[in-house]
Amino acid sequence: MADDLRAAVAAGVFAAEGSYRALLRATVEVARAIFHAKAASVFLLDEAADELVFEAVAGEGADSLVGRRFPADTGVAGWVLVTRQPLVVEDLTADTRFSREAAESTGFVPKGLMAVPLLAEERVLGVLEVLDRPQQTKFTLAEIDLLGLFANQAAIALDLLQRARRARAALEGSGELGALARLAATLEEGDEERRTAGLELLAALERLLR
Amino acid sequence: MALLAHESEPEELPAWSLPAAASDSIRLQPGWPERVTREWAWGDSTGKGARVCILDSGVELGHPLVGEVQRSVAVTKDGDEIVVHDDAEGDLCGHGTACAGIVRALAPDCEIVSVRVLGAGYTGSAPVLLRGLEWAIEQGFDVVNMSLSTTKKQYVDRLHELADIAYFKQTMLVASAHNMPVESFPWRFASVISVGSHELDDPRAFFANPSPPVEFFARGLALDVAWLGGQTINATGNSFATPHIAGICALILAKHPELMPYQLKSLLHLTANNVDG
Repeated sequence: MADDLRAAVAAGVFAAEGSYRALLRATVEVARAIFHAKAASVFLLDEAADELVFEAVAGEGADSLVGRRFPADTGVAGWVLVTRQPLVVEDLTADTRFSREAAESTGFVPKGLMAVPLLAEERVLGVLEVLDRPQQTKFTLAEIDLLGLFANQAAIALDLLQRARRARAALEGSGELGALARLAATLEEGDEERRTAGLELLAALERLLR
Repeated sequence: MALLAHESEPEELPAWSLPAAASDSIRLQPGWPERVTREWAWGDSTGKGARVCILDSGVELGHPLVGEVQRSVAVTKDGDEIVVHDDAEGDLCGHGTACAGIVRALAPDCEIVSVRVLGAGYTGSAPVLLRGLEWAIEQGFDVVNMSLSTTKKQYVDRLHELADIAYFKQTMLVASAHNMPVESFPWRFASVISVGSHELDDPRAFFANPSPPVEFFARGLALDVAWLGGQTINATGNSFATPHIAGICALILAKHPELMPYQLKSLLHLTANNVDG
């Protein structure tokens, strides 16, 4: 029983967020590899701040970009987010405003990008972008469909990540769930004797409350 | 809400029934030729007289591929209110300019008006979009290009209502379909024309889809489109297929302004590449 509790606490509260972030990172890495692109990234929509946040990056800028923010209604990513429509643009260097803003914020000016909204039913969670696929190969509509499949996978990972963060916030807070989480963590950390005694007390409490 | 108030003005009452003696008073244009061709549908049309609204990110003024923009308005939030006002800021993304350029290339003499519904932040986007559409319908445009969609269910009823109002006011909404497995609107409504992409290079090639809800396929792959700074970029997406159909609608309506939306759809069907050849 103690092992089960430890596993539940570990999976549900402490480790899940890291796993989901790794899943998201793996998704953008595969997207980058499949499209032979220089970089791929997932932006998370922070609704409260009305901003997009770099959540996972593969390739160019991978180390420095995560956590950076920009307004949710600017640029191609902003347009894709607001309109829910996938978009592929090439020769972006001709768009001086975009190039300047991108260079200022990321130090990397892509020549072209594919952007697709990350949707979970009616909610839009963010945007997946694939930057600088090889331009000598002609783009096909099948690639847009493929991008849509990746977006679906990334949206699931992003949804799980957000749920884990909300769960952690709830458990770390001062509410009832916070008290339970602290109790679980104390049990997890205690020695065998104290843990057994604690679990017996909890079992008795459960019988009492049932 | 303004639109519904406008609707109730008693300027032109709808006919709820037809008295026996009145049938002559509603005699309509003679029927279509036995074989409808593109030549009959829009041959020689330059779009002159047709009014097209680009509901998007704005349109860059003075872009050589767009030419004259008759009016630009922006829909923004002012506290709790959503307001429509004249706008000189142009395009916040490049996308609306691209759509306007595509319409202009097909229908060089049509009137283009830009309604910018981007720029109120993400959270304000759906109400702003609805107000922009409402305004466009009030203005009585012939065609409204909507290379955008929403997934928010709380706005779907109002969007549906607006699409139906547009339909009966002879304003054709042309909307981008989604190529992802997701429920989004307004393209799924029967009262709009929904557009997906084909891979051909011909801007006038379009196909009628026997398996809706996507009704027509138009050019949407790797095309050069107008973008910010008077430039062009190469772009792909259903959002660029949509203004091709909007432009062809403008050509048709310039030549046959009496057409109802259902007739316009039929005419598109009859002149599609996979029907007319």
